[in-house]
Amino acid sequence: MDILGTVQKLAMESGFAAFVLTDGGWKNLVMILIAFVLLYLGIAKKFEPLLLCGIAFGCLLSNLSYFIGMGENAMYHPELWSAFLDQTSPYYHSYGHIMAHAGLLDFFYIGVKAGIYPSLIFMGVGAMTDFGPLLSNPKSLLLGAAAQLGVFVAFFGAVLLGFTGPQAASIGIIGGADGPTAIFLTTKLAPELLGPIAIAAYSYMALIPMIQPPIMKLMTTEKMRVVKMEQTREVSKAEKIIFPVLVATFVILLLPSTAPLIGCLMLGNLFRECGVTDRLSDTAQNALMNIVTNFLATSVGATMVAQNFLNFNTIKIIVLGLIAFAISTTGGLIGGLVMYKTSGGRINPLIGSAGVSAVPMAARVSQDVGRRYNKSNFLLMHAMGPNVAGVIGSAIAAGFLLSVFGG
Amino acid sequence: MDLINISIPNAAFTALLGYLVVFLGLVLLMIVVMLQGKLMAPKKKAEQAAPAPAEVKAASAPAKEKAPGTAGELKLYDTDPKDAAMIMAIVADTLGKPLNELRFLSIKEIKEDSDK
Repeated sequence: MDILGTVQKLAMESGFAAFVLTDGGWKNLVMILIAFVLLYLGIAKKFEPLLLCGIAFGCLLSNLSYFIGMGENAMYHPELWSAFLDQTSPYYHSYGHIMAHAGLLDFFYIGVKAGIYPSLIFMGVGAMTDFGPLLSNPKSLLLGAAAQLGVFVAFFGAVLLGFTGPQAASIGIIGGADGPTAIFLTTKLAPELLGPIAIAAYSYMALIPMIQPPIMKLMTTEKMRVVKMEQTREVSKAEKIIFPVLVATFVILLLPSTAPLIGCLMLGNLFRECGVTDRLSDTAQNALMNIVTNFLATSVGATMVAQNFLNFNTIKIIVLGLIAFAISTTGGLIGGLVMYKTSGGRINPLIGSAGVSAVPMAARVSQDVGRRYNKSNFLLMHAMGPNVAGVIGSAIAAGFLLSVFGG
Repeated sequence: MDLINISIPNAAFTALLGYLVVFLGLVLLMIVVMLQGKLMAPKKKAEQAAPAPAEVKAASAPAKEKAPGTAGELKLYDTDPKDAAMIMAIVADTLGKPLNELRFLSIKEIKEDSDK
């Protein structure tokens, strides 16, 4: 037995050698460092830890195991997915080819690619969401619409920066402040950008308490911020049961491309409200949500292979994402200001910023900022209306972009 | 229209149209929800006007006397009574008002989303 030869072979096949010997191996080292930073942000700084820990570890695993020309031990194979999307390839849309050569994270990623995980997450979100505040004040739906401004401004900005239409649409949806929607749309339109878009979307959602308050202060006067809103009317159980059926029917008929997201969101909500499916509601909001979050986060993180992530486009996406968030907040606040004026000063415009989705973080920010100026002010339930309206609004925005660019 | 290499005027038009579609969709939904609310409201009023037989029976029985100084029943949703007591104490302390000058109607846990 050639011991020296065996040792030499083991050494040459190791990841340590691959950092130096493979084309662009050093980039994997950079991505591993980025994964460490993301892990630090998730664990120590608690930035969306449920998602960021999984994303960071997925990124770590794929960059530890995938090197150009040494793909046999890789957990995620970007070239398989490139062939899957290439219309000229014999493996175009061939899941069989993926399954035959896949690593573990490729299998996980099939759930993202097929749009299964984001839809299941939406089912959990629906089971967690109380649409009562929205039902008691349906006008808050307008704030959810106004706060989608950033989606379309960022889309336009991305086109100006040279992105293709589908890529620009995927970047724009970061402004919807809705992770599953961003992942759902990006997987359909620009899967090559999934890593940076998911990172931008979740990072900015975690940073909402820092991004929104300065804009809220800039757009409103102290007199507006101290407005105390009247208690909303009580909503009957029957209204809450009819609502998900009504929304699913109406929105899906209006924009059929929203069916997976709106359908699952409203199914989850029906489980919650109908009173006879408590077990299903509990499963959707806890066990199912947690299981899907594990798979979604690690497989999205796996797409952050060095060759796809380390380029100038990632920086552009990070900047455009921040602009999208800021403009969506501004759009919601403009809506809030219009309602403040038209209601004769009875509506606090601070609830407008909650229209950016990001449930319930954005509503909490409205509450915190409101209480900073009036200690006896409780805006939380009033802000929950626009907040959940934002979830529906961002799904409609995604449905529109999918209809236009989805082919 | 080339949607891959979309021109700037087309992108501007698409952005404007998209924003309008979102507004239109949610305005229509708002109207539908308002109509639903209107349809349900008279029913609730009617229910209040004519109490159910069971309620009439219950009304004839002597009502349990409330504690002196009470502000009525507090509804708890997904909240432990101990947590509710703690929350009420914190609110009273933060506001600088004694508890007997505050009225809590309900306390409800808002569950944390894991994805957003």
